[in-house]
Parts: sequence; structure tokens; C-alpha cells
Amino acid sequence: MTAGGARPGAGGSDALAGGDPVRAGGGDGMGPRGGGGDVMDGELVVIGNGMVGQRFVEALRARDHERRWRVTVLAEESRPAYDRVRLSAFFDGVSAEELNLHSPDDGVALRLGEPATGIDRVRRVVTTAAGEHPYDALVLATGSSAFVPPVDGTDLPGVFVYRTLDDLAAIREHARGRETGAVIGGGLLGLEAANALRLLGLATHVVEFAPRLMPVQVDSAGGAMLRRYVEELGVTTHLGVATNALRPGPDGTVAELALSDGGSIAAELVVVAAGIRPRDELARAAGLALGPRGGVLVDATCRTEDERIWAIGECAAVDGTCHGLVAPGYATAEVVADRLLGGAATFPGADTATKLKLLGVDVASFGDAHGTTPGCLDVTFTDPATRSYAKLVLSDDARTLLGGVLVGDATAYPTLRASVGGPLPAPPLALLAPAGETGGGVAALPGAAQVCSCNAVTREQIDAAIADGCADVPALKACTRAGTSCGSCVPMLKQLLDAAGVKQSTALCEHFDASRQQLFEIVQVRGIRTFSQLIAEHGRGRGCDICKPVVASILASLGTGHVLDGERASLQDTNDHFLANLQRDGSYSVVPRIPGGEITPEKLIVIGEVARDFGLYTKITGGQRIDLFGARVDQLPQIWRRLVDAGFESGHAYGKALRTVKSCVGETWCRYGVQDSVGLAIALELRYRGLRAPHKIKSAVSGCARECAEARSKDFGIIATETGWNLYLGGNGGFRPRHADLFATDLSTEALIPLIDRFLMYYIRTADRLQRTAAWIEAMEGGLDHLRAVIVDDSLGLCADLDAAMARHVASYSDEWRDVLDDPDRLRRFTSFVNAPDVPDPSITFALERGQPVPARGAPLAAGAERRRQPVALGLPEVRR
Amino acid sequence: MSPTSTLDWTPVCPLDRLDPDRGVAALVDGVQVALFATGGELYAVDNLDPVGGAYVMSRGIVGSRGGVPTLASPLHKQVYDLRTGRCLDLPDVTLRRHEARCRAGVVEVRLRQEE
Repeated sequence: MTAGGARPGAGGSDALAGGDPVRAGGGDGMGPRGGGGDVMDGELVVIGNGMVGQRFVEALRARDHERRWRVTVLAEESRPAYDRVRLSAFFDGVSAEELNLHSPDDGVALRLGEPATGIDRVRRVVTTAAGEHPYDALVLATGSSAFVPPVDGTDLPGVFVYRTLDDLAAIREHARGRETGAVIGGGLLGLEAANALRLLGLATHVVEFAPRLMPVQVDSAGGAMLRRYVEELGVTTHLGVATNALRPGPDGTVAELALSDGGSIAAELVVVAAGIRPRDELARAAGLALGPRGGVLVDATCRTEDERIWAIGECAAVDGTCHGLVAPGYATAEVVADRLLGGAATFPGADTATKLKLLGVDVASFGDAHGTTPGCLDVTFTDPATRSYAKLVLSDDARTLLGGVLVGDATAYPTLRASVGGPLPAPPLALLAPAGETGGGVAALPGAAQVCSCNAVTREQIDAAIADGCADVPALKACTRAGTSCGSCVPMLKQLLDAAGVKQSTALCEHFDASRQQLFEIVQVRGIRTFSQLIAEHGRGRGCDICKPVVASILASLGTGHVLDGERASLQDTNDHFLANLQRDGSYSVVPRIPGGEITPEKLIVIGEVARDFGLYTKITGGQRIDLFGARVDQLPQIWRRLVDAGFESGHAYGKALRTVKSCVGETWCRYGVQDSVGLAIALELRYRGLRAPHKIKSAVSGCARECAEARSKDFGIIATETGWNLYLGGNGGFRPRHADLFATDLSTEALIPLIDRFLMYYIRTADRLQRTAAWIEAMEGGLDHLRAVIVDDSLGLCADLDAAMARHVASYSDEWRDVLDDPDRLRRFTSFVNAPDVPDPSITFALERGQPVPARGAPLAAGAERRRQPVALGLPEVRR
Repeated sequence: MSPTSTLDWTPVCPLDRLDPDRGVAALVDGVQVALFATGGELYAVDNLDPVGGAYVMSRGIVGSRGGVPTLASPLHKQVYDLRTGRCLDLPDVTLRRHEARCRAGVVEVRLRQEE
């Protein structure tokens, strides 16, 4: 679950622990123990070390510069505060340590694992099994507990609540070897628990008494949309029914739920997530007033009727109302920290806005989501195609935004939430329409945003150029210089032209009216094998630096021979022509393939020896390989002779092709790993090596949910789960970073690979030139759902074809560099000068920097290309003698 | 700034050493020259990329733009008119030209120098 701070998170911990400085008895004469007025120093006791209790202590300690308060924290659980909002991440392999929120503080005595048993308000002491803690001020942060309905059988083995890490650990243990599970409660927590059971491999049911899922957050239409999503994930929902009883099986553990409609559900594990109740029992026993629906009654300063006792978080009924979200809880913590240091803060009111991702579905609600304001108006938007539902609640004059609900697509949430109480930022339908239909991210770019960061060109300047008549990308390039350096903003230039209503030709360039996708089809269907034939029959002129590499790539993707064969050599960009990466000084870099980033010491030594013998600069790449810089074209075959002989092959760093499949070390070594990420990464890299595509393709495999391989920033990323692999598609780093979207979950390796095969082949066939997978999916009508329909459900009947294409690729792969070394005709291209092959290029010279060769800066530079290198200022103190 | 031919013709390589539409570099009197055969014509220009400052023009992609034979820099893809050396993407940038011809199956180059 992302976002939100939405967990009804119990502070859950009254506890007092034994521990040393427990002074038996109170009233020892120290401190102002009597009388009224605001107490501003002395002994501060906090009961509870949940998220809010912890936040309170941190806030107080950060501001208590004079150290007025000595703080004792009494905690029920055996572990210090942890992030309960992310509790479910535990099932993704995130450890208890990673959820930890507590940092040691010498000024705070934290006593874990012993519950507080009473509060003596007269003597002002908190009692525990071990003794008493006197207080000058007492803060209750006891949180809440799971509400377990009074139903027979909730005490059976196999029935759990979903509150603490211990609960989750017990659920996981019990799920082992079992097949069915049920969750009582279809709210936020219930759906999270349902996802957990699903991830544990149980056939999962959700029973909700209300007629819809998440009844507190969403309305009935939103709930219906949510139900579709949830059921598609294989979770069965039972709405509008209650659970009458839980019944045991022969072994005495829970086996069945009896429902109020007479039906029953087989369930060997049951999670009760039917709501929460504030933990007010200590306050109640101490005679403090409670809220109308429970909770410790406090005013807007979070103080109880006893001026020395405060309550914060979920146990507090602020002006009578308990809040089950962490954000209002934090607000109460801040109020009391301020008050105890002499401030005048009051509770600002609860922001109940919630945005979260449940079972992969974005759900958001904010403001008056249910439209309870008298006279208010609803604007709703339901799109079964994109499976999104949205509702805005407006004031009776339709001018002021009061609240809303979003299901399926919550991209508008930040804007809408910020607009609650104010005028609508745009017409309602424009706000609610899915992002793609309003022009996507580009439309929302402010004028001052830099579109081309290489040449510092803003959106305003692009728009002005379009208004002045620039009607295509080349015109924009010539007019503004945007896109003339690294070129990564060219797709945005196209989108800006679209946004300005300039009709874009899909023609690849002036030589072909067809788009890349159409050319691919033409080449494939007609069996064309040369650029000359293609341009003669389907184009005009002689081609250019746009269409030639595209056709070369298409021919390579179709597996029609070596990239340097015959006429094809002349089509290649210099990188593909020399099978190396051109650098700014005219030299090249060399990247041998190191699948998955795994390499033997022997091979490392070979790379080191080659670099040393050829005087190459070496650097570790982001893709877990080693880049060797500063090679002249005539050195490339010699370098590769050594590398190939040692068992290396081309890494295709120079190609629009699969680059690397990064990996973390995985379960082989890592204490947290749950799958063999290195093994899978190597298998994938070897399967797809050499695959030419419209743009580079990157991948990574992480062995657990910690995601050390950064798989979500890749075109296809794989993250291990307890039971298999989750596949994410369409991520990239670079100019516009984007996280990949979850595409499929808990796949076996056998199920995973065909999906990636089809994804890649469909991308190669249909993407535009230089379009990464992220932009390809974004531009696709229907987006990820369409992609799923094509490569999972075979809606276009393409799957067999895509599978066969990938099988051909895998069968026909051979190392490009080995093929060059074996062929004198290909080798002759690697010459410095046609009339002086023994003379190395004199313009490539090196200086030494940090012990390695780098391009010498004395090399002639043209006007305007002058670059002066600045020394790196380290900010170290200068030592003078 | 009028270019003038000041030196003699230097034989460089057999014509069949030049693949159509793919350049080679040659060293002529210490000057790096990029040589191309395209559309039945021979062209020689400086190997120095006037924008990028590296000697790489022989590795650019040859093509055409509106009937004009062109060469694209492999560094940042600026396109030049092979006949005049003029950059078609950036104002006031020119690629220095030299003269090329074929005699008895051998390609010859004569350097031009700016005065």
C-alpha cells in the first residue's frame, strides 16, 4: 500500500515496565505536585509507543532545548515503534527492522513489553507489574485494538486479528500448508488482509456486512468498481452479509464461516478486520470522561478533564470524535508537545483525505466524500474501459469543491485535495477525465518548466515557437535548439505540438510516409531485406540519419543477418557500426556482457589486464558491468580478441537493444532474499541478449521486496515474492523517470518468461522510433489494460506469432563481436586512416586524472564548444603552516 | 575567407575501398579528411566536427535532404550539405570542404585551406 497514512494504527501499547528508576510510591517531595496551573517541567510519562506516541516523544524532545522534561515511555509490545501504515509490507519481505520508527534517545527511558495496569490520579503515578512511575504530566497514546464481533468461534485456533507484526507473523505461520482463507470486514484493513492471504497462496474470501467494499471511504458506485478489481485478482467477495459463527474442523482449528444468508465458506484461516476500538480502559478505570463512542475525551488542546493528563492518537476522542488515521494522530502529538512546552497549539481538525493502493488499485477519498453537505451536487464519471470511477462533491452553486472519491485512477488526487474548500481548478469533467485524455503530463507542464535541459529551453519558448509557425520537430529544433543535444526531449516536443493542436504526421521522415510500425509490417510481410529495395518501393530520396538506423534496427529485429553485412553497414549509427560507444573525443568505449552482474575473479582479472594493456579508463556502470573508455577504432578488434578468447561477448551497450538485467544477490546469500534473483537475471539476459528494439531495453530482478536491484525503474522489472515473481512493466530512469507498473503477480518462472517474450516482441513491432516502453504504453490506446489483453488474453490473436518470433531470436543469437573477428571483410572497417592504417588517430590523446587516462583537453575545440573544467571544490579546511 | 585550393592532388585509396554511403578517414599532409562516395559522386570534407570538436565526421550517416546530399555528425546529428559544407540545422556553422576526384580507379584528394 502506498501512501496515505491510512492505517487505523493502534498505538497499542500500554505498558509499563519494570525497569530501574521506578520509584516506589509517589509524592517524594520533588516537583510541583500539587495545585493547578500548567505544569511545565518534571516527570513526563507516555503510555504507548505506537506511531503517534513515538512522534510525540520526538516532537517534544526536538523542542525541549532546556530539557525540562524527563521522559519515560511505557510500551506494551516487545518491539519499539514501527510503521504500522506499512504493516502489510511484511508480507512482501520487508523486515521488522525496516519498519522500525524508533531511534535511540538517551533522554528517554523506553520500557518495552510490560503493560501499564493502572493510573492513580491522586498520587499521580502509573502502576505496572513491576512498580510505579510518578508523573507530573501523563500522555495516553494507547491507540486502539481490533474489534472482534461477539460471534461464536472467534477464539478458535486459526482466527487472527491484523494489528501487529506478531499478528502477521502468526498468520504467515498458520497459512503454511493451508489452502483457504477468509477475512471478516471489507474495509481498508480487511482488503489489505485479503491481499496478504492471497499473497500467502490462499483462496481468499472477504465478508463485508455493508453492501459495498470500503464503505467508509467510497460510495456505492466506487465500491462496485473496486469490487470488480478485487474479484479479478481472485478474491471472492460476500457483501451485505454478516458472519454468524466460526466453526472448527476435526483438528479443532477453524474450518468454516457460517453466514447470515444461510451460506457458508470453507476457511482454514480467518482474519477479523471488522473495525477498531480505542483503548480507553486505563482512562475508564481512572475515572476519566470518555467520548460518546468511546475514546478518552479531550478538548481541542488534547487535554482530558484532568489537567495533568493528555491523550493523543486513536485513543483520543477529540471534542468527542476518534480519528483512525495516522495524520490526525500526528496532529494531536504535535499539539501536546507544543502545549507541554508552553505553546498554545490546538487541534486543527482532521484531514481525513486518504489515498492508497489496495491490491494494486488506486483508491482516494477526500473532503465530504459522501456528500453530506446540505444541497451539495455530485459529478460522477464512470469509465468501464479504463475501469475508473470518480466523483466530485460540489457546493449547491457548483462553484466550490467539497470532496470526492477516486477509484482506479487517482492521478488527480493531489490537485483535487488541495482544492477542497476553494473554487474548482478546472471544469469537473476535465478534472475527472483520465490523464491520457487531457494530453497527459505535458499538458500540465507550467510555462517555466524546462523541456530541453541540455539547451535550457522552457515550455514557454517551445509554445512561442509553435505559435510562430513551427509545425514539426525539425522546425522546433532549428528555431529553439531544443532536442538538438541528447534528443531525449523530442517525444515531448511532439506532445507539445499535439497539445497545441498542430497535426503531426506519422511519417518517419521525409523519405518515408510510413511510421516505424508500418515499415516494420511492410518489411516483415513483404520479406524485404535491403534498405535500397525498401526506399525504392516505399520511399524516396537516399535516406537519412533517421530512417537508415530505423530500417537497420527492423532488419536486425527480424533476425536477417549481421549488422555489418553488405549495404547494411552503411545504415548503422557509428555505435552500431563499430560495435562500441562513441565518446566526445572520438574514441570509443567497450562494454563486455556480464549477465546479471555476476563475474568470476578470472574474468575480472582479464578485464583489468585488457584495460591496463590498452591504457583504458575503467568505470563501473549503473547496469552492473564495466565500461572501458578511450579505445581507438583500430584497437577495438584487438581488445575484443582478448575479451572473446576469455569468454566474453558483446554487451550491446552501443545498440538500441537489451542492455543489462541487473540483479541483487538474492536468496543465495542475502538473509532477506526469497528467490534466486541472480539466476533469473542471468537467464533473462542470456535469453534476450542481442535483441534489437526501437530503443534500449533495461531490466532488473530483485530477490525480495526491498528491491535492491531497482527493478521498478526498468522497462521490465521482476521482484520476488514468497511464492514467485511480480512483473512490472514500463519503467525508466533518464530524462523523465518513471516507475514501472505492476503487471502480473506471483508468477512462476515458466509463466513469467512468455509474458516478457510477448511484451518485448509486441513493443519491437509497434513502438515508434526511440520510444521507450513507458512512452509506448502511455501512448497505447487503453494503456496497460490493452497490453494485458494482447499479451495475456491474446485479444489480437498475436501471441503465437510473438512467441515464435522470440523463439527465432533465441535460436539465432550469435555474438556480434565474435562474428566480426572471424571475418576479414568486417574487420577492415576498423581502420584509423584508409591511406595510413598504421598511424593511430593523433587527435586522441590523454591526460591523467585520479590515476586514469581521460581525454586531454588540449585537443582543438571549435568555437562555442569551449569548455573549461573547474576543479572540484571539496570544502575541506585549508591547512596553513 | 574564400577557400582556395593551394596544394597538389594526393592519391588516397582505390575507389572500390569506398562503400557507397559510408565514409572513411584519410590522412592528407597531416590533415584528417573524411571521404564519401554517394549518388555516384565523391566528396571530401574535414574529419573535424566543427560543433563537437572531435575528428569523427567520416563516421556520420550519409543521406539526402530535399535532394541535397547530406552528412550527419555522429556526435550530435547536425546535418551538413556535402556539396557546400553548410550546416542545415545550425546557422553560421560550416564544415570545411576539400576536393576529391577519381583517376584510374584511385581516389585523390586536394586540400583546401582558408586564407
